Amino acid sequence: MPRGIKDKVAILGMGCAKFGERWDKDADSLMVEAFNEAIGDAGIDVSQLDAAWLSVAFDAVNIGPSGIPLATALRLPNIGVTKVENYCASGTEAFRGAVYAVASGAADIALALGVEKLKDTGYGGLPVRTRGTTFDMVGVTGSAPGNFAQLAAAYRNKHGVSKEELKRAMAHVSVKSHANGAKNPKAHLQKAVDMDTVLNAPMIAEPLGLFDCCGVSDGAACAIVTTPEIARALGKQDIVTVKALQISTSNGWELQASGWDGSYFHTTRVAATKAYEEAGVTNPREQISLMEVHDCFSITELVTMEDLFISKEGEAYKDVLDGFFDADGKVPCQIDGGLKCFGHPIGASGLRMIYENYLQLLGRAGARQRSNPPSLALSHNLGGSPIQNVSAVAIVGLADA
Amino acid sequence: MTSTNGILAFGAYVPIRRLQRSAIYQANAWFAAGLRGLAAGERSVANWDEDPITMAVEAARDCLTGLDRDTVSAVTLASTTLPYADRSNAGVVKEALNLRTNIGAGDVTGSLRCATSALIQALTGEPGRLVLASDLRKARAASEGELQQGDASAAILTGQGDVIAKFLGHYSATVDFVDHYRATGNDFDYTWESRWIRDEGYTAILGKALTEGLAALGVTGADIDRAVIPIPLRGVPEGLARVAKIKPEALQDNLVSVLGDSGAAHPLILLTAALEAAKPGEKILLAGFGQGADLLLFEATEALAKLPARMGVKGSLARARKDTNYMRFLFHRGILQVERGMRAEADEKQPGTTLYRNRKAVLGLVGGRSAKTGAVQFPKSDISVSPNDRAQGDQEDYPLAEKRAKITTYTADSLSYSPDPPVYYGAIDFEGGGRLVAEFADCAPEDVEVGREMRMVFRIKAVDDLRDFTKYFWKAVPVNAGES
Repeated sequence: MPRGIKDKVAILGMGCAKFGERWDKDADSLMVEAFNEAIGDAGIDVSQLDAAWLSVAFDAVNIGPSGIPLATALRLPNIGVTKVENYCASGTEAFRGAVYAVASGAADIALALGVEKLKDTGYGGLPVRTRGTTFDMVGVTGSAPGNFAQLAAAYRNKHGVSKEELKRAMAHVSVKSHANGAKNPKAHLQKAVDMDTVLNAPMIAEPLGLFDCCGVSDGAACAIVTTPEIARALGKQDIVTVKALQISTSNGWELQASGWDGSYFHTTRVAATKAYEEAGVTNPREQISLMEVHDCFSITELVTMEDLFISKEGEAYKDVLDGFFDADGKVPCQIDGGLKCFGHPIGASGLRMIYENYLQLLGRAGARQRSNPPSLALSHNLGGSPIQNVSAVAIVGLADA
Repeated sequence: MTSTNGILAFGAYVPIRRLQRSAIYQANAWFAAGLRGLAAGERSVANWDEDPITMAVEAARDCLTGLDRDTVSAVTLASTTLPYADRSNAGVVKEALNLRTNIGAGDVTGSLRCATSALIQALTGEPGRLVLASDLRKARAASEGELQQGDASAAILTGQGDVIAKFLGHYSATVDFVDHYRATGNDFDYTWESRWIRDEGYTAILGKALTEGLAALGVTGADIDRAVIPIPLRGVPEGLARVAKIKPEALQDNLVSVLGDSGAAHPLILLTAALEAAKPGEKILLAGFGQGADLLLFEATEALAKLPARMGVKGSLARARKDTNYMRFLFHRGILQVERGMRAEADEKQPGTTLYRNRKAVLGLVGGRSAKTGAVQFPKSDISVSPNDRAQGDQEDYPLAEKRAKITTYTADSLSYSPDPPVYYGAIDFEGGGRLVAEFADCAPEDVEVGREMRMVFRIKAVDDLRDFTKYFWKAVPVNAGES
């Protein structure tokens, strides 16, 4: 086992644009909005940045290729900007680039910024795009809800849960996130909904109704990272450090072999196991204070509670219905509204999750601040589909936690 | 004339949907009340993802049930609605059937008689010829053709040895009688008055051919036990039988009420139906009409009883789903434009190089099996997907098209663009190994559940409208009760 990332890198500052239908803003302006908050929080000058990572998932309908759009929007001092894309896990990928740069000593201070401008496509949901010339001949591209919906049939068959009970648990996931989003001024959706509204919504991809799906948003989020020593030297009192950062990528086993039953995320289990080991977490259900997970769909969040080993396999739906993950529950999940309500500007989402965890750890989350002071916060950022994906788990915490 | 060639096997395919003619009539009665006389019964309609090539593949697979595909020496595809003017349509069928490469393949077209002419060529040529007939014709809304036509395909394998029907001979006549025509590139027929077609075409040309042909073949009408006269006009086959002195009870039902007139495929559809019902020793007369006539004479043999079970015409007609959605039919035939939405704008460009490299996997659904571990996967890859063994470069061809599969995951997706929403898809696991995320075709809500048995069909995956290229691949359909 490598020595890992634990406590080697601190977050110096973070920023997040208002997510939503930002009809009035280009991607450039969204990047500036997030960056201004982060650099103000960090208390440094742009000239102190040594390197930058930019995450965008749908660059073809967005900012185009390369790191140049970030360098140009922020007028960076000709530092290296690396553009990364790893499906919806791109934001955590950019964070990893910056964190690893600092950990290696190659950079003292590094920037990770994710942006996505999705409301210029002319329709709701994610843009339709190629998966490569070979895949396109034999694969099913499907829609995101269609791909994730398939978890539900496999899950209820494996665990003997009725369609109705699973649908209720899924609805609770969304009702909870709407309640949380209503307290978040930067959230795309800030309106609470009730169970009946969720249960009776139009079907998008069976069994996912409209409220089982997150929408897509415009937005940007960013992190400025450095070493804990430099952070202290710059006057930071409360230091949030990176405890674990793991990414697991499917190798085709789920898609082409026959061992996977369709009811869970193989990669999330791999990434979570490694992340807990890296962070020294032995009992996540007791030790993790709060979570931001990739709730692109209600069923995704539900099964992820098992893949992160918070719920026992086959029992997440009970924990959900018991309110275990509600804002006032044992381990709140999506206390900021999640992808469901904060919004999902793809390239920014992984960084938005870390942004919320960072605010919560520092007690700066305003009306939605968790009353029980958190010390260890997990974010889970997933790209692709259940059968073939990239799963990223990041754990951040107070330096002394 | 004598020949040692005969029919070795038959197969048929009829798309599952049966559009009720009453639904077509009701929508058009305001404009063409005179169509009422044609408003009874139902016609088969192909789904959006079917064309004469995909339908021919299904009939061919049915025909080749239980046979070694290496015995096929050539493939002929007869159709008046071939998708490609210059790309061997039969060549696509050859790839889909995963036939050996050192065989011939060709298309025949140009007349509703093209399939009977192709069958004569096959029966008088080398053994092992697979003759496919498949038509998916278009007709304008409120036309007679819209009500009378049906979509279907049939297959006949010719050869020697254990033939189920001996070929006793043939007769042809050619006359440029233009009862209807369709210029190259056009969608619709231009048709002359039906009374003239009846009198000068069916009665005069086909009637004469029957009389002269039977004499040339050394038989009389009374010798015929089953007469296949694929003329859709009511009363015409009966009149022709009378003239040719064929027993009225020998006339085969022309299936117009339950299927429709399937164009170039129809003679072989009806021949297949006749063979399904035939008893050894029976003489079967097959007629084809179109700018003249073809006659073929067969005698059923004892080998009929040994033919393995298959769908055939009987099974295909039993596998039916009543449909009253006339609007969907118009849309699927390209006659009605609906607002498809921006999701339908995705560019479907197919690199020819990629398709050629992967043609076995894409068109033939051929996966790989590790020689060392036996692990099956689709598609093949240099390094095995097996988590326990990184065997490299040891995968042999492993065809999956004829394997049954079971649903592991599924959804019904209303968001993705599909001409037939919602689009069903999911992961399926094949008997004996191999997994595929597949689209499910011809699916109803009650057809999908984890563990449900599926079988594979060759379909259109997408169409590149910008460059007029059809992308084919395999989809899964539910195995219905009673399907062998």
